[in-house]
Amino acid sequence: MSLDVVLFQIFPYVAVTIALVESIRRYRQKSFSYSSLSSQFLESDQLFVGSVPWHYGILLVLTGHLVAFLFPQQALAWNSVPVRLYILEITALAGGLVVFIGLINLVIRRLGRARIRAVTSPMDVILLAVLLIQVSLGVYIAMNLRWGSSWYAAVLVPYLRSLFVLQPDLSLLTLMPWMVKLHVLGAFIFLALLPFSRLVHLLVVPWQYLWRPPQVVIWNRDPKRSTIR
Amino acid sequence: MNVRLQMSMVFHLDKCIGCHTCSIACKNVWTDRKGAEYMWWNNVETKPGTGYPTRWEDQERYRGGWVRTEKGDLRLRGSSKGKTFGNIFFNPHLPMIDDYYEPFTYRYQDLFDSPEGADQPTARPISMITGKPMDIEAGPNWDDDLGGSPVYAENDPNLAAVTPAEKQQLFELERMVFFYLPRICNHCLNPGCVAACPSGAIYKRGEDGIVLINQEVCRGWRFCVTACPYKKTYYNWATGKSEKCILCFPRLETGQAPACFHSCVGRIRYLGGLLYDADRIEAALKVSDEQLVEAQREIILDPFDPEVIAAARANGIDDMQIKYIQHSPVYRYVKEWKLALPLHAEFRTLPMLFYVPPLLPIVAAVENGTYDSSQAGLFGAVEQSRMPIRYLAQLFAAGNEGKVRYALKKLLAVRTHQRMKTVGDVDAGAVHAMMAELEIDAEEIEAIYRLTALATEKERFVIPPSHREQAEEMLQTDLWGTKGETGFGFVEAPVRGA
Ligand code: HEM
Ligand code: SF4
Repeated sequence: MSLDVVLFQIFPYVAVTIALVESIRRYRQKSFSYSSLSSQFLESDQLFVGSVPWHYGILLVLTGHLVAFLFPQQALAWNSVPVRLYILEITALAGGLVVFIGLINLVIRRLGRARIRAVTSPMDVILLAVLLIQVSLGVYIAMNLRWGSSWYAAVLVPYLRSLFVLQPDLSLLTLMPWMVKLHVLGAFIFLALLPFSRLVHLLVVPWQYLWRPPQVVIWNRDPKRSTIR
Repeated sequence: MNVRLQMSMVFHLDKCIGCHTCSIACKNVWTDRKGAEYMWWNNVETKPGTGYPTRWEDQERYRGGWVRTEKGDLRLRGSSKGKTFGNIFFNPHLPMIDDYYEPFTYRYQDLFDSPEGADQPTARPISMITGKPMDIEAGPNWDDDLGGSPVYAENDPNLAAVTPAEKQQLFELERMVFFYLPRICNHCLNPGCVAACPSGAIYKRGEDGIVLINQEVCRGWRFCVTACPYKKTYYNWATGKSEKCILCFPRLETGQAPACFHSCVGRIRYLGGLLYDADRIEAALKVSDEQLVEAQREIILDPFDPEVIAAARANGIDDMQIKYIQHSPVYRYVKEWKLALPLHAEFRTLPMLFYVPPLLPIVAAVENGTYDSSQAGLFGAVEQSRMPIRYLAQLFAAGNEGKVRYALKKLLAVRTHQRMKTVGDVDAGAVHAMMAELEIDAEEIEAIYRLTALATEKERFVIPPSHREQAEEMLQTDLWGTKGETGFGFVEAPVRGA
């Protein structure tokens, strides 16, 4: 079995399984441990220049990856007009740089401030390291391996989709430069880390707040009455 | 009519001696833990003063509570649904640990372990967050008894309401006045913390109105800390969850008063049930500032009214509870006697902790400590008060001086009446004139005197039974299955996530 098979055919399934099983188990058995673990209370100024660009940037970039995964044809069609291709590429690169700047600030803050170190677990360090490598690879690719938005849709999306439909096809992926392959591997490491780290906060983003009435009243003796006034 | 039961509190400020016993009782029971060292679910501040966290009343800075919009709707001052999602990565209005104080201890062991030398060994202060040596710049009750007035007391946000002359007089050396303000969570009817929590982790218990944070559902988005205008939800920096006063519900459920009430040396605290109409909450909040105190009184219902009793029964409040509510000291102070007032009603959370405003700093103002019974009449002390009524009204009546003046006059009338009875050096005609002006009789005065000065523990804490015997059914578990395992197996240790 070649290394490619282990890393890109077997490991993805292992990672997804770990992510699913462990995050559900943790949610059901250790829901106290699900938290954003905000450290803003201890330090605010540097969090602002870290957390804000990081989150807005990463959500934009991840959405981009997801959209192209869902609609590769449309992505390629969009890119067939050069101006539109440039706009997309520049947006993606800018997003990547914003993410990078935010992350650098988060890392400096986490390691450089005594108060923040007091609330830093070994997993926080591992997570930031993985994210830093992953983001650096992404930015490197965006700068050096041009027209990623097109070749991602044409080459990587078919690979990812083949995994998705349980018929893994590595033929295209194995042709990619190793920087790209590392970035793909990083994504699956990220998934595998998710349930063991503070990343679980993405699973409990409180969407229900959007439609919930403001007040919550819970009746212990007669739970059916519980509302929500 | 949607009748609900609310556990409610009255603090009689004339009786508070500022000993902080309540704070210590609470600290020992609930917050003597990592991440909670800085929290004082119960704290006692000196007024005038900036309080804890520093200048917490300044909502321009902390953005707590609700505001009434031009159209007359209510909205949270600090956030909205949209803003919550925009600001979730960074809350622009979060108070910082230094707004409270950095918790510290001392390296006592150094006193024993230091090598012999020319200098006396010292126990250096170290931070309880980082464990590193630190310079202590603030601590609990840093400004107790007007300590550091130019920095603290003079920056009290409520002083914006008083005139420069009054302010100068307030801080005249050797004639300063102050009083103590003990604070816990108000267990509001329209809590800002609940409305701001995106996870829905904070809720009001239907049975007794206690506001709680479900630690298993809290995800540390930290919006409750901003939304509570009293700054009574606290972020535990170690566990990554918010916490607050729980009104010692495990004690209440077994008929005991909360730790701070039970330990109160001045016996200033009263606890009892109130019935209120949940359907009228919204209307009571949409009135102008001036009318807020009255509107809040309005929605508190008369527990002797047969219609109210019927509606209460229909809502699951049983006869035993109603009987206890009829004996509630809180009902008497708040509704019957109109002596107890809510703190900062203008925050519009409908706080259910009420304060009898302090008369002592007021009568002490009149020369030589004797009452002025000459031209100004026996109420002269109230009118010439050194503690400006405007200031007290800012705290306890959303600026409505009439409400504070009425309460103070009544307190003065009770005092003068009792002095007439026991010492006999007050003119009976003048006392009766006071009573006539306030439209009260000797019976009411006696009752106020009794509950204020003589009340026993059972009269001060009238706790409607919460039927602990049904607690097991409440959890809806298999009774035989859980037999013999209470306390084992189903409590998760509060271990911080990775
Ligand atoms: C809508 C989705 C998300 C929400 C609501 C959210 C919210 C938060 C919050 C409230 C914090 C704590 C900030 C503080 O210390 O106050 C946080 C931290 C963090 N988030 Fe997110 N997040 C989201 C998505 C993501 C994603 C997609 C990633 C990574 C791919 C991520 C990675 C992180 C990391 C690494 C931290 C820790 C930062 C540090 O070192 O302090 N988040 N997030
Ligand atoms: S005082 Fe604050 S914490 Fe308590 S219920 Fe009101 S808003 Fe919530």
